[in-house]
Amino acid sequence: MKIAVCVKQIPDPNTPYALDPETHFVQRPQDQVLDDTDRYGVEVGLQLAEATGGTVTLVSMGPAGNLQGIRQALAMGAHKAVVVNDPALRGSGALVTAKVLAAVLRKEEPDLVIAGTESTDGYTGVVPQELAELLGLPSLTFARKVSQADGKIHIERLTATGYEVVEAALPALLSVTSGAVEPRYPTFKGIMAAKTKPIEQPTIADLGFGPADVGPAGSAQEIVGVRAAPERGAGRKVVDEGEAHLDIVRLLEQVKVI
Amino acid sequence: MDFDPSPEHVAFRKVVREFAEAEIAPHAADWDREHHFPAEVVRRMGDLGLFGLPFPEEYGGSGSGLLTLCIAIEEVARVDASMAITLEAGVSLGANPIYRFGDEEQKARWLPDLVAGRTLGGFGLTEPEAGSDAGATRTRAVLDGDEWVINGEKVFITNSGTPLTALVTITALTGPREISSIIIPAGTPGFLVEPPYRKMGWRASDTHGLRFEDCRVPAANLLGERGRGFRQFLTILDHGRVAIAAMAVGIAQGCLEQSLAYAKERQAFGRPIGANQAVAFRCSDMAVAVEAARLLTYRAAQLADRGRPYRQEAAMAKLYASEIAVDATRHATQIFGGYGYVDETPVSRFYRDAKVLEIGEGTSEIQRLVIGRGLGLPL
Ligand SMILES: Cc1cc2nc3c(=O)[nH]c(=O)nc-3n(C[C@H](O)[C@H](O)[C@H](O)COP(=O)(O)OP(=O)(O)OC[C@H]3O[C@@H](n4cnc5c(N)ncnc54)[C@H](O)[C@@H]3O)c2cc1C
Ligand SMILES: Cc1cc2nc3c(=O)[nH]c(=O)nc-3n(C[C@H](O)[C@H](O)[C@H](O)COP(=O)(O)OP(=O)(O)OC[C@H]3O[C@@H](n4cnc5c(N)ncnc54)[C@H](O)[C@@H]3O)c2cc1C
Repeated sequence: MKIAVCVKQIPDPNTPYALDPETHFVQRPQDQVLDDTDRYGVEVGLQLAEATGGTVTLVSMGPAGNLQGIRQALAMGAHKAVVVNDPALRGSGALVTAKVLAAVLRKEEPDLVIAGTESTDGYTGVVPQELAELLGLPSLTFARKVSQADGKIHIERLTATGYEVVEAALPALLSVTSGAVEPRYPTFKGIMAAKTKPIEQPTIADLGFGPADVGPAGSAQEIVGVRAAPERGAGRKVVDEGEAHLDIVRLLEQVKVI
Repeated sequence: MDFDPSPEHVAFRKVVREFAEAEIAPHAADWDREHHFPAEVVRRMGDLGLFGLPFPEEYGGSGSGLLTLCIAIEEVARVDASMAITLEAGVSLGANPIYRFGDEEQKARWLPDLVAGRTLGGFGLTEPEAGSDAGATRTRAVLDGDEWVINGEKVFITNSGTPLTALVTITALTGPREISSIIIPAGTPGFLVEPPYRKMGWRASDTHGLRFEDCRVPAANLLGERGRGFRQFLTILDHGRVAIAAMAVGIAQGCLEQSLAYAKERQAFGRPIGANQAVAFRCSDMAVAVEAARLLTYRAAQLADRGRPYRQEAAMAKLYASEIAVDATRHATQIFGGYGYVDETPVSRFYRDAKVLEIGEGTSEIQRLVIGRGLGLPL
């Protein structure tokens, strides 16, 4: 099975983020990490590839930096990567991202496309479904368990109350939830092997886009302002002298959650 | 000269740190309290390739050398000495003798599992009457037809009685003043494993006394040449001493980090305790010592990886790193005050765990002896 996994490099969430005051974009350091939620997609991809004798190609769009995050996924065992890193992409919204990724995927022609359900930094949670639509693929979303047999993918689809069993014939797109599998740690052997695995870096022109198709010009959305989240105030202590439950109910009514 | 680690070493350190913090750190205090050897976690360290770091790919290793092993041991020791010594002994004392001195048949039989961390090996050198003076071995091995018959006793042998233990390599007298190494497979009749010691530290690490009562193994279990046992274990210990130094660096690093965090957060007299020079300077000194120990350790490891002599450097790294690690645990416990004396903080465990670093694989005195002799002194 030929598998493509969409992965994103993001600034290390353990280090403070900075926004460019003019463009409101996150300032990207050279060192980025693999988005933690994408480790699950990579692991599912590797397991399916191992079971079927297939390959895993990573597909990513974004400022490449030193490609450390991509190498993390290659060190886990993915075979190669395609990273679209074109200055013209600056300021692209989610739909443009999906269009660019779709252009790469059309060339790669995978049997299965895997994505996370929601990225850690952008978390619009729309890219996988947009991709499925653009590629005309059935989409199996929010998988908490994945298996394959006879050219079909079966998943348990996480819902608010339990799960649904869904299946689709290949080719298809799959989005996996965090915790679906236990992502492997890269070994030193894997880290060394990742050094020499191919990383293609096509430009948007290579993918058939012009400058007007991408970036802010190609995006229907625009960030008009950014504000710091309000500081979290001190909690309110309710002391129980027999009547605390009434106080709590009143409080919950005040904030309109009941 | 280059003090910069490679990007691959940086990435690998990060992976091992993540592994240690997720899989080991949260349980270390429980294992310590219960003297529990977590075989499952050892297997997972095996899956991560840690036991195979210095061995070639043909046996399932990654051929990445002693320096890379040091980084792994350091990161594990930073959160738990017991798992670090399990790894250190598994590699340096379990697999390394077979790799260095075994014939092809012995290597093919034992190495793939040892290298993968599916099994562990022990190295039985120390005896009740032969510790620092390891050449004073009294355990005897007598050839009877095509079998060695072994009688004697070993003490303090790491990884010798775990559920994963497959073998112990022992030194024994095979003739007058003739020491040889022999592989004893676990479960061989006459190979008796005493109950585990109740230890001050390294409580989740497995240590036993061993007895051999007419224990018979095939003549082919002789490791390397007959009569070469003394030289063999000196070679094995050089490697092990660098790895022990890495453990010491890890413990000291853990102490430094814990101390810094606590010194900034703990308030006394209306300000953080780290605002007092008496506390802050302890941290400064600790940081210098950790850095110096790390450099000594990496240098010794790099010499080994380049195939150059490193006995002197190994002894220096082991001596210095283990002594500053013991100091660091003392400083950290002091900085933590009363909280440093109770089980709830890792530093109290580090305090108990560090001391043996000045004893195992050659005491500090023995390191000074080796170094002094290396300097040409008539010791
Ligand atoms: C205002 C704005 C400015 C931006 N500026 C830039 C920029 O300068 N340069 C640039 O390259 N991008 C830029 N982006 C794109 C952005 O980084 C996201 O990739 C994009 O918006 C997808 O949204 P998300 O992260 O919320 O994806 P989600 O839908 O939350 O992600 C779900 C899954 O989709 C996949 N996925 C999402 N994004 C990517 C990706 N980029 N590569 C591979 N897989 C992905 C992953 O599998 C992920 O787990 C910008 C976006 C916005 C809104
Ligand atoms: C937890 C643990 C795990 C161990 N694991 C192993 C293992 O896996 N395999 C193994 O073979 N052994 C192992 N050992 C044994 C360890 O290597 C010995 O304890 C150590 O070498 C010291 O030997 P000894 O205990 O007999 O002390 P002794 O040799 O009796 O030394 C006692 C004291 O005298 C000093 N001394 C001795 N000779 C001299 C001298 N010439 N000059 C100055 N001072 C001297 C020593 O430095 C020490 O301070 C382990 C020990 C412990 C505690």
